[in-house]
Amino acid sequence: MKDKLVLVGNGMAGMRALEELFKHNTTDDKGSDQYDVTVIGAEPHPNYNRIMLSPVLAGEQIIDDIILNSREWYEENNIELITGDAAVEISRVKKSVITESGKEFPYDRLLIATGSNPFIIPIPGADKEGVLGFRDIHDVDVMVQAAKDHKKAVVIGGGLLGLEAANGLMKQGMDVTVVHLLDSLMERQLDKPASSLLKSSLEERGMTFLMETSTAEILGDKRVTSVKFADGSEIDADLVVMAVGIRPNLELAKKAGIHCERGIVVNDTMQTFDPVIYSVGECVQHRNECYGLVAPLFEQAKVAANHLAHVGSTRYIGSMTSTKLKVTGIDLFSAGEFNEQEGDEVLQIQDVASGVYKKLVLKDNVIKGAVMFGDTMDGTWYFSLMRDATNIADFRKTILFGQHDLGDAGHGESTMVMSLPDDAEICGCNGVTKGDIVQAISKNGIFTLDEVRAHTKASSSCGSCTGLVESILASTVGEGYDATPSKKAVCKCTDHCHDDVINAIKEHELKTMPAVREFLEWKTPDGCAACRPALNYYLMAHWPEDYKDDLQSRFINERAHGNIQKDGTYSVVPRMFGGLVKPDELRAIADVCDKFDVPEMKVTGGQRIDMFGIKKEDLPAMWKDLSDAGFVSGHAYGKAMRTVKTCAGKTWCRFGTQNSTGLGVKLEELTWGSYMQHKYKLAVSGCPRNCAEATIKDFGVVCVDSGYELHIGGNGGIKVRVTDLLCKVETEEEVIEYCAAFTQKYREEAHYLERTAPWVERVGLTYIKDCIVDDEKERLALAERFKISQKISQVDPWKARAEGQDAHEFTQLKIAG
Amino acid sequence: MSNWSEVVALEEIPQLGSRVVKTDTMNIAVFRTASDEIFAMKDECPHKKGPLSQGIVHGTSVTCPLHNWRIDLTSGEALGPDEGCTNVFPVKVENGMVFIDLKVVQTA
Repeated sequence: MKDKLVLVGNGMAGMRALEELFKHNTTDDKGSDQYDVTVIGAEPHPNYNRIMLSPVLAGEQIIDDIILNSREWYEENNIELITGDAAVEISRVKKSVITESGKEFPYDRLLIATGSNPFIIPIPGADKEGVLGFRDIHDVDVMVQAAKDHKKAVVIGGGLLGLEAANGLMKQGMDVTVVHLLDSLMERQLDKPASSLLKSSLEERGMTFLMETSTAEILGDKRVTSVKFADGSEIDADLVVMAVGIRPNLELAKKAGIHCERGIVVNDTMQTFDPVIYSVGECVQHRNECYGLVAPLFEQAKVAANHLAHVGSTRYIGSMTSTKLKVTGIDLFSAGEFNEQEGDEVLQIQDVASGVYKKLVLKDNVIKGAVMFGDTMDGTWYFSLMRDATNIADFRKTILFGQHDLGDAGHGESTMVMSLPDDAEICGCNGVTKGDIVQAISKNGIFTLDEVRAHTKASSSCGSCTGLVESILASTVGEGYDATPSKKAVCKCTDHCHDDVINAIKEHELKTMPAVREFLEWKTPDGCAACRPALNYYLMAHWPEDYKDDLQSRFINERAHGNIQKDGTYSVVPRMFGGLVKPDELRAIADVCDKFDVPEMKVTGGQRIDMFGIKKEDLPAMWKDLSDAGFVSGHAYGKAMRTVKTCAGKTWCRFGTQNSTGLGVKLEELTWGSYMQHKYKLAVSGCPRNCAEATIKDFGVVCVDSGYELHIGGNGGIKVRVTDLLCKVETEEEVIEYCAAFTQKYREEAHYLERTAPWVERVGLTYIKDCIVDDEKERLALAERFKISQKISQVDPWKARAEGQDAHEFTQLKIAG
Repeated sequence: MSNWSEVVALEEIPQLGSRVVKTDTMNIAVFRTASDEIFAMKDECPHKKGPLSQGIVHGTSVTCPLHNWRIDLTSGEALGPDEGCTNVFPVKVENGMVFIDLKVVQTA
């Protein structure tokens, strides 16, 4: 016998909680395996995306586009759905909910998600026909209908909702006047300069404003005919929309004696003062905050669902929110504390002619708030820097010019997604267009990057289009899009983020994968293809001497020590230290290619030779021949140290300084065989002409007459990033020591699949300099730990397999038939 | 009539891993889960024919190494929003040996 769960409120927050709850179902049935679920909604519709009412009003979308859960969906998930019959009473004694029509629904657990009501100013005439709020499909219907027969609309309230309503009514052909009590629009989201830019841009579109105006009375017989203001003036009106704010809808909860203040008061697990009654959404007051945006509601929904499913390890600790105005053609972004306080610093750009305004409020080089108008491309980036409290000192000078100015010669201007046509290809790996993504988002009611990836495959391969996909998502779903969860979970098996996992492994001395999963309450018994390689790596990196590498948690390339090609064959790349090679070695490679019928060979960008088209079962024999000729694996297939690229060097080049090629060989001897979070490349150039391209490597050395410049955090590839200069040293011994220390720092602290470039940007160059350059003790300790790890990992995997290790991996079984 | 054919000892398939069995007509991937359940299916992802045997096994599913499709080992069907299906074959374990029903393979 399942428990009964009743949800009062058929809106976004409550339904999201149910969806999260259903994810915990361990059976093959749909819906919940723990509860019989009843949903009671006052509106006659199934759950729809309330945020998108503005585009519906503006005629850019229709109601069907914004339905999130169809009636079939409720059926499939075994939900009893009551629509058009509001809940009017909760009996906590009888544990039941009573509806308007007198039906009674008993519950074991109750979830209240009654949302909020528009605040109707209590002035004379507010009850006349043609006066309404802007909250639900009914309101939109009334407004659209009014626009057909009437001409003049007055919107009271110049906030987010009011302006969206005004814009929609204007699009419907009405003359719209916005009445605002204060002297600037959207004062809760914008500072004065941004607000005045917004005002003039809306005025250009034909909107009229009455600022610092207080409404006194609504006049008319049955229907409104005009609005009268406190100063005695009057304007004609056939329709009045009140959008001065929302009030949490508490009545039901209050009547049942549940503790309410401004909202229904809940704890960190979203329980009200009656612990079998939960509440989520706009009706809630949590840690003294009420939220009116959708991203926080989703975080709350997840926590409530976890608790309902008895896997309650998560807590809701409040949200940071950002805002975008959904008026097509107006780009506006706001987040955090955008009005500076004493002691804050402000960075700003104002270009009135082109209508661009950007302002960042900083305290101690951490972003506290942002306001942008005209060019909001970097809004999500600033927001994530703000949430991560990243120290921006290193790129403070250029931060206002945006992320693409950060040593990134990548996409730049082309990232203006809004101006792209529907057939523009966004994800080059999987051939996904902007239209595909937009359609998937609206059709499936998607709100997260992960869901876009699952449905379209966009951004699921190389990831270079992630920023573009996020922008499309943000512009398609409005502020419903939760750009940067404060903690990005490792995968769907857990709510913990990478840093949680790394810290737990270190601090609690967890040395096996099951121990990590148990300690962090993993939801799956043996993880998935995303978390297993990550855990395996973290354990290996932190406990090199104790942890035994788990082959079955490695991607196939690292398990088979070759790159799997699209036809299922493998490629083989032997290591050539510093790119140097001898005639004998080349001869041995040629012989191997003849012997194994290698169909194609290629000289790689990393200064070595790639042999393609090798059958898996031939690999060990081929490796044996290569091993006999003195070669070891090049790890060209792994999240590992790949190559050390060198230039011609002082022996031959007239510009060369130092023994750069020899240093390259030494660095490769130091680092080969080590596994990393991602691929890791080095280079040594003999002079600042930099022929080895050391400034786009993870660790690059540029030799100069007086010593060695050490550069870090660069990469070619997807998004080119030029290195940052770490420091300059005088001797080869120092280069080796710094290289070992930096490499180990990255190995211990970056997230799995995070290259040095995004890692350096995330933690800041200053932080890395503090550890590697300024703290000698730390540097030596890191270098020492790298040495210990290398003692274990510098074993040639090819030789071992040529001698029979993991033979099952390379042997095919055969049966007749 | 079934035609059970002995393939390999259970012990010789790694836990959360697989072995490839070559037949006259196709390659079959034989998977072993953490709880020693055995599954056999055509070694071809319904998406772009990636060798499923080379993927990572978790629970009773495998993730294709080429484009990360997840395939249910019990039904051969793609999981999540992806759609597609690959052939699954009857298997049994007796005295520590794994058998595949070739009758079904031949008619697949």
